Amino acid sequence: MRSWKAFVLVRLIRLALVLAGVAVVAFVLVKLSPVDPIDAYLGPDIARVGPEQRALITEKWGLDQPAGVQFVKWLSSMLTGDLGWSVTYNASVADVISERFRSSIVLMGLAWAFSGFIGFSLGIWAGANPGSWSDRIIRLYAYILAATPTFWIAILLLIVFSVGLRWTPVCCAAPIGMLPEDVTLLQRLHHLLLPLIALSILGIAQIALHTRVKMIEIMQSDFVLYARAQGATMLDIVLHHGARNAALPAITVLFASLGELFGGSILAETVFSYPGLGSATIEAGIRGDVPLLLAITLTATLFVSVGNTIADILYHVADPRISSASEAWQGIAE
Amino acid sequence: MSLLEIERLTVSFHRRAGLLRRVNVDCVRDISLAVARGEVLALFGASGAGKSLVAHAVMGLLPANATAGGAMRFDGRLLDPPAQAALRGSRIALIPQSIGHLDPLATVGQQLRWAARRAGHPMTVPGAVEGALSRFDLAPAVAATFPHALSGGMARRVMLAMTTVSGADLVIADEPSNGLDAENTARVFRCLKSFAEAGKAVIVISHDLSAALEIADRVVLLRDGQVAAQERANAFAGDGEALCAAYARAIWNALPQNGFSRGHHEA
Repeated sequence: MRSWKAFVLVRLIRLALVLAGVAVVAFVLVKLSPVDPIDAYLGPDIARVGPEQRALITEKWGLDQPAGVQFVKWLSSMLTGDLGWSVTYNASVADVISERFRSSIVLMGLAWAFSGFIGFSLGIWAGANPGSWSDRIIRLYAYILAATPTFWIAILLLIVFSVGLRWTPVCCAAPIGMLPEDVTLLQRLHHLLLPLIALSILGIAQIALHTRVKMIEIMQSDFVLYARAQGATMLDIVLHHGARNAALPAITVLFASLGELFGGSILAETVFSYPGLGSATIEAGIRGDVPLLLAITLTATLFVSVGNTIADILYHVADPRISSASEAWQGIAE
Repeated sequence: MSLLEIERLTVSFHRRAGLLRRVNVDCVRDISLAVARGEVLALFGASGAGKSLVAHAVMGLLPANATAGGAMRFDGRLLDPPAQAALRGSRIALIPQSIGHLDPLATVGQQLRWAARRAGHPMTVPGAVEGALSRFDLAPAVAATFPHALSGGMARRVMLAMTTVSGADLVIADEPSNGLDAENTARVFRCLKSFAEAGKAVIVISHDLSAALEIADRVVLLRDGQVAAQERANAFAGDGEALCAAYARAIWNALPQNGFSRGHHEA
């Protein structure tokens, strides 16, 4: 019990430090950027505002104060739950993020699960038969895709399936002009299909290559030799020794890839005009929507950090050597 | 009649040298030996003499770039790859030398059950795992532990238990005394001897002649992949006059407890 509490506490402190660090860096970067929040706010009306009015807005928003004071003010309002107002969407930042996150998490979650499952299976198969034709094909596929930018794949898919074959819609998460409550699940999935494929393809290559290397190592290990000496069949070895032992590095890669997944979703969502967090990031960046941009940055940080923490916990659960080692370490520490 | 007969076994490794040239290296040459039921045969040789290769060739577990020549017969049946696949685990068992041969992510009990199932005797009765462990002085709780928590001696006994549940009648033990203290070595040797007494044929691979002599009936001495000598174990006594081969005598007299230390006294 005690070790669990300590683990959670350490993790929370670490998470808070990471978030604080990212907040500082993000804030400094926005301050250094040529984006002027007032210009962004005014948009086309910029010509009709005189210098006096500008000064008034600057003073009202506190932009005339030193950057440090602005940061503390921003951080304290963040901590009280006030994320600010998004000019781009004319809604509170909290609302925009929660709504966008809901549609993004479906896309990212499915892409993550698919790339994990398919990539792991391909990696196991290729690693169990190294040098075979299937291994060569899987490897070729993985190398090509690992080197392919997501946005390019996305555009290619769009050209082939939406424009050429007209199998899939060109944009958005639902048919244009329909009320959200009228959209059926099938329509949603139809719109999700291409972004999902574009986003999964990248992850599959990563997981497959990592799993393949680990699997080759396992197949040459002493315990697989012993299993063969016991008369185990290939399937028996792959299932009981291979998949089990290869799962650990795959889990790590899968959770560590959450950052890339988030980055990929920005590109894929933009190409398909999918209304998720990714396309909101681009919008916020282009329009200089500082509160939204900062809040998305922190959300992404939280997302990736939680993913890494889950990977750590799973690693402890899955590998008996690690859990007993950390118990021993705690024994020494106490 | 011998259970296992090996006639002129040759194991050669081939590898590419340059673009087109292929080089064959014979690591084991013309080895002939036989082992009968109820007998303990020691396969002695220095590291790299080809002891383990002989064992792997018998079981059909050679690396992909190695080929075995010659003829091997088990119980009168020619040991070709299909026969090896059928006999591996069920009638020919290997006792590997280190804890690294156990899967780090599966419990001891799980691996014991796998060994039994692979040999064709699945453990269905509750308590069968604990029973098999207790025969080797292992507590029932060991079934739930993972290999990393075992000591070297315990791991060896777990692997002996895995051999027992397989019911194999040819047992090949690879360096059974390696890394063990005197007490654990004696325990493992007693167990291997009991295998032979129960009518199994036992091959002990060892680079430690005096350890191997404690249980062996016969010793085959390997040197550079060839049989240098075959001797009865009881010929290794005194000054080694009973030994036929000069190489065997030289090895025997070089042991610290024999001529080697006496030579120092004289000097």
